[in-house]
Amino acid sequence: MIASRKTSGFEDMSMLRRTSDETTSHSTRLPKDSSQVAGYVRAPEWEIVIGLEVHTQLSTNSKIFSGASTTYGAEPNTQADAVSIALPGVLPVLNKGAVERAIKFGLAVGAHIAPRSVFARKNYFYPDLPKGYQISQFDLPVVGQGALTIQVDPLSGNAKPYEKVVRITRAHLEEDAGKSVHGESQGVTGVDLNRAGTPLLEIVSEPDMSSAAEAVAYAKTLHSLVRWIGICDGNMQEGSFRCDVNVSVRRPGEPLGTRREIKNLNSFKFMQQAIDYEVQWQIDTLENGGKIHQATVLFDADKGETLAMRSKEEAHDYRYFPDPDLLPLDITPAMFEQVRATLPESQQAKQKRYVNDLGLSAYDASILTASRAMADFFEAAISCLPKQSKLVANWIMGEISALLARDKLEIENCPVSAAWLAGLLARVSDNTINVKTAKEILDSAWGRNQIFAKLAEALTSIDAEIDAKGLKQVSDTGAIEKIVDEIIAANPAQVAEYRSGKDKVFGFFVGLAMKASKGQANPAQLNDVLKRKLAG
Amino acid sequence: MLNSSLQQLGSALRTGKISSVELTQLYLDRIATLNPALNAYVTINAETSLAQARQADALLAGGKAQPLAGIPIAQKDIFCAKGWRTTCGSKMLENFVAPYDAHVIAQFNNAGAVNLGKTNMDEFAMGSSNETSYFGAVKNPWNRNAVPGGSSGGSACAVAARLCAAATGTDTGGSIRQPAALCGISGIKPTYGAVSRYGMIAFASSLDQAGPMARSAEDLALLLNVMTGFDARDSTSLPRDKEDYARDLNKPLAGLRIGLPKEFFAEGLAQDVAGCVNAAIAEYKKLGATIVDISLPNSKLAVPVYYVLAPAEASSNLSRYDGVRYGYRAPEYSDLTEMYEKSRAQGFGAEVKRRIMIGTYVLSHGYYDAYYLQAQKIRRLIAQDFDDAFKQCDVIMGPTSPSTAFNLGEKGDDPVQMYLSDIYTIAVNLAGLPGMSIPAGFGSNGRPVGVQIIGNYFAEARMLNVAHQYQQATDHHDRVPQDIGL
Amino acid sequence: MSLTNADVRKVARLARLAMSEAEIESARAQLSGIFDLIAEMQAVDTNGIAPMSHAQDLSQRLREDVVTEADQRGLFQSIAPQVEAGLYLVPQVIE
Repeated sequence: MIASRKTSGFEDMSMLRRTSDETTSHSTRLPKDSSQVAGYVRAPEWEIVIGLEVHTQLSTNSKIFSGASTTYGAEPNTQADAVSIALPGVLPVLNKGAVERAIKFGLAVGAHIAPRSVFARKNYFYPDLPKGYQISQFDLPVVGQGALTIQVDPLSGNAKPYEKVVRITRAHLEEDAGKSVHGESQGVTGVDLNRAGTPLLEIVSEPDMSSAAEAVAYAKTLHSLVRWIGICDGNMQEGSFRCDVNVSVRRPGEPLGTRREIKNLNSFKFMQQAIDYEVQWQIDTLENGGKIHQATVLFDADKGETLAMRSKEEAHDYRYFPDPDLLPLDITPAMFEQVRATLPESQQAKQKRYVNDLGLSAYDASILTASRAMADFFEAAISCLPKQSKLVANWIMGEISALLARDKLEIENCPVSAAWLAGLLARVSDNTINVKTAKEILDSAWGRNQIFAKLAEALTSIDAEIDAKGLKQVSDTGAIEKIVDEIIAANPAQVAEYRSGKDKVFGFFVGLAMKASKGQANPAQLNDVLKRKLAG
Repeated sequence: MLNSSLQQLGSALRTGKISSVELTQLYLDRIATLNPALNAYVTINAETSLAQARQADALLAGGKAQPLAGIPIAQKDIFCAKGWRTTCGSKMLENFVAPYDAHVIAQFNNAGAVNLGKTNMDEFAMGSSNETSYFGAVKNPWNRNAVPGGSSGGSACAVAARLCAAATGTDTGGSIRQPAALCGISGIKPTYGAVSRYGMIAFASSLDQAGPMARSAEDLALLLNVMTGFDARDSTSLPRDKEDYARDLNKPLAGLRIGLPKEFFAEGLAQDVAGCVNAAIAEYKKLGATIVDISLPNSKLAVPVYYVLAPAEASSNLSRYDGVRYGYRAPEYSDLTEMYEKSRAQGFGAEVKRRIMIGTYVLSHGYYDAYYLQAQKIRRLIAQDFDDAFKQCDVIMGPTSPSTAFNLGEKGDDPVQMYLSDIYTIAVNLAGLPGMSIPAGFGSNGRPVGVQIIGNYFAEARMLNVAHQYQQATDHHDRVPQDIGL
Repeated sequence: MSLTNADVRKVARLARLAMSEAEIESARAQLSGIFDLIAEMQAVDTNGIAPMSHAQDLSQRLREDVVTEADQRGLFQSIAPQVEAGLYLVPQVIE
């Protein structure tokens, strides 16, 4: 460790910082995980090369090649129609919704959309693959080269977050396989084909990432994007977003090393752990004179290790050929434009607009755009109440979010609609009610599902409640003066304290006045009157 | 009754001269008598057929019947029919009861026709003699030592032996036309995409097409009217308006230009067949047609191209037969791989396994370009040949098969010999064109000869006209085999 | 074209077809014959020719994204070799 020297606080810090920036001589151990490699100034001994293949389940109602439902969680094989179970004689027909979502993705990452793409059969035998082939795209995928800009947080060490562009090689449409479940009896596997035929968009990145931090940032950004543009629900527990990570290492200047593929990672935390372990394992192996063999590996979350799957006798020969049951997919300019019109404003563009046009802080803008649903809610509310963006923002980030969290709800299922909230805040901003009252009304409305689409209808309901319960703010100066007079008269000791300079006693009077007015006194007016009268 | 045309039958049914139940029973009785020897049918469900016939009689009584209402049709056992065992001629599907109707089956049901039974066929439609069926060979009704042709051998036999009013078949490389020729009946394979393949068990998807088999072009027209039409469940189904295929039957043939490809009259063609075909051409001249000599230079490559493409598609289409969800599962196996390997080895016959292996090989790593891709390129050349030819002629004609029906077991050991039976028919499937075969007389051994008519895309009505005029002037198609109880 | 028994064995495995050694040898002979037939087309010069996958040059039709199929598990599984609790059963898959 650093030699102990008594210094003042700031000098200590600068000493520490300087020392950790230096290389080997003063530090005890080299950081072992790749997340700490990023941000070092010196050239690394090993370069890490990472590429991701992400399978996203598209959020269509029906399957990619048949009209069976794609709803998650159904009883086994109750959503496995004739096409899904590959009965003799059945044929595939392509789902328009899947194509539209693929185009949307391509547009969102600035990719080339192939005017003509072709479906190909990938042939192999497996119980969850009923046809004995998967319909996918090989030579001609629907989406070509694009790019995704990511913000990387190096996860530890003192390096600052930085921006990076990760190139996307391609994205193609294909069908998902069914699921194998271990049967109750020994030595038996059960096959559920509900999932077989669910549309997938396989998104392939270039091997542009060089650390676990970058890989996780890419995966998180992609996850956020597909949810934002509404093509995938991103539910990783349900398998809607599955990441395969290709990892290799090499010494700088040398050709690419042999890569191993970590399959089916379904959490970002596991992804980071798996990559860290795999990278170290590969480095250790090579440094000990060993060789890396191409392999598929799985991550054992309990042990924190990656383990190669039992290698097959021969590598898969998928015998790809164009599927004769499907014709080439031609995307017309009309369809392209129609989909482009439905592409939502990007998260970044919204944030900019909230800051520049609505005057919100960058922090507020990032919270409100954390999800598309949140941003939609906010924008729906301010469309009813245009001049009160800050007020609306504060209530969404404050009261609404707190209630949602308390009841474990998402904004999509908010029991009060954006128009209703706008109505409530309209009555606050026009001083009909005060903030405290508004909070009470919100609390009471929360249990009663106040879903109004239009501001006018919401106001009717809110006004009716205000009248019925007599909640109007007391702004009548006369009434307030009367209350204040009574309080001053009843509390001469505290009045004297205040007049002698103890400012903090003011709150005592505010509290009493609020209580006397059943919380409905207009706070601003109350303050004025109190100050005036207490001044003597 | 048994020699009536479909139109005459329909008329008799509508006027009450005979009921559908009576007609159906008539055929069922004949099947009971003759099928044990001929083996044309794999499955009969008398009760189901008669129930359908009763429904048809009700329709007929109500006066709302369509042209084929009440008429018993034999269905090639390649079409899934709900509640019917559908075997595709294979042990793999020996006990497979289809849980849904193929589009073709539904079309016939909606037209009020009666499903008379499922006819025998080469296993998974792979064959040219109906000898590869798991359910035994079909006999040619003209000579029971001879093959009926394949793969629609059961349907062809049933029509020729008057065991049905008409039948359906499928044609991937000639499997409607060649058995039609060998059994002395008429059969047509329409333009690719004209008939939906939904529910038609797939062999080679880009080549398979269903079509009718009957005793005359007139009959074929009525059957095509029912079978064709757009089906949203088949992506390769053509979105065309319905047409009446009988509309041009009676047009005179004056001015018709018939192209005769020199490649179809070269080495390999039996003399007796050539004789009948030449006689047919002479007849056409009398009817006012002119003959144009044409060439299809790449047609000699059709067979090798076909035996790359068809097995390739088949090897993939047949991967679903794995014993997991339906069909044959081996009784003993130690693990999953063995279950697959044994179920498939035991469930499939030798010819099917051969073609699966060829197909797997030509698609495999390192061979795809040299075989599969190359074959697809030559396929385009073959299609272009026809395109060029149709600039000079209206229809193309020639022999359907290089010889009359060969004997059972004659081509046993050498698959290649069997493949060469299709030399005149295969190119038509590769191009996706319509093709038909009609009777043109008899060979030196008394076995039928067929002449093939090939049309341009969507020219079925014209082709049926060409066939019908010939059938008005000749009587080959009216001839009936001996020993069939007539 | 000369196929070896090893070629046949490999293809049989890819196609999941069990074959005895005798069957492999006889398949090898027959397949070799078929490949001789196919060989005729390999020498043809097809430079610049586009491969033909379909008879007609049409585009894939798109289906509206609606659920049209109901649960037919009972009917479909009535013809299955082995089912339990709605699942198709196969020998255990070992990874």
